[in-house]
Amino acid sequence: MTEEAIITDEMRAVIGKEAEPLTVEVDKTAIRWFARAVGHTDLVFYDEAYAKSKGHRSIICPPGFLGHAIHTPDKPTNIVGNSVKRPPAIPGLKLMRLLNGGTEFEYYGEDICAGDTLKSVSKIADLRERTGGLGRMLILTTESNFFNAEGKLVATERGTGIMY
Amino acid sequence: MADQIYFEDVNVGDEIPKLVKNCTTQQLVMWAAGSGDMYQIHYDKDIAAGNGLPGVIVHGALKNAFLGQMLHDWIRDEGQIKKYNCQYRGMDVPGQDIICRGVITAKRQENGKSLVDLDIWTEKPDGEKTSPGKATVILPSRG
Repeated sequence: MTEEAIITDEMRAVIGKEAEPLTVEVDKTAIRWFARAVGHTDLVFYDEAYAKSKGHRSIICPPGFLGHAIHTPDKPTNIVGNSVKRPPAIPGLKLMRLLNGGTEFEYYGEDICAGDTLKSVSKIADLRERTGGLGRMLILTTESNFFNAEGKLVATERGTGIMY
Repeated sequence: MADQIYFEDVNVGDEIPKLVKNCTTQQLVMWAAGSGDMYQIHYDKDIAAGNGLPGVIVHGALKNAFLGQMLHDWIRDEGQIKKYNCQYRGMDVPGQDIICRGVITAKRQENGKSLVDLDIWTEKPDGEKTSPGKATVILPSRG
């Protein structure tokens, strides 16, 4: 007996489609919160005068900072209550549980500092089906590109979600 | 803080300084707020148990951020992280050491930059690698 495929043609059609751009305001308080949660000890993430003494415009983004979600109440949340930062939604998806499978950040040599306003453009880069320890799973790969005010690509986040 | 490290100071096979973390549940709540990931399996043990977990577990992305901290603390002011990633293969729990480690796998030049490639990972005290990944950093050169 063949099981129904998880990935339908309708779902496959969203692969590679870019979502509406989001505005990401890089904020001092958010950077400090993030750095404190990680346990960073370098003052370059906390103290603007110190960061300037190191040649930065302001406190800088810690590694991984741009992965955080942006919530506005008029936008949907996902199955675990997190803000959906990467529309488009996947039509017809029935799997209900979500695990984070992996994360990659790439940077292009530009300082990303508090006060910067970035444009983030996300897409579903790939959908795959796999059978593993959790049964049948959907492996969802997302890619978000972040552009600075001059339109220059400053960071990319790639994420892998496992839905089961 | 350690002194600045330079491209000429490192060799393939070298291990970089470890970063040892041990999360309290408070830290997981701080990360939930700091990252915006409000999934309850990271702070509500009943919901974690309902998802078949032994208790609350450490966020994958927090382990990724720990690996980022390890790299940042190693390359200091004049280095840059070019790329780093990890996969979440195993679960970590509060109260148990998460040991972040990295080993240099290559040194190379690209577009005038001095690049160092590494295998990076988090491991449990018993040596199980829970978040294996790779990184590339740019180090300053003594020229």
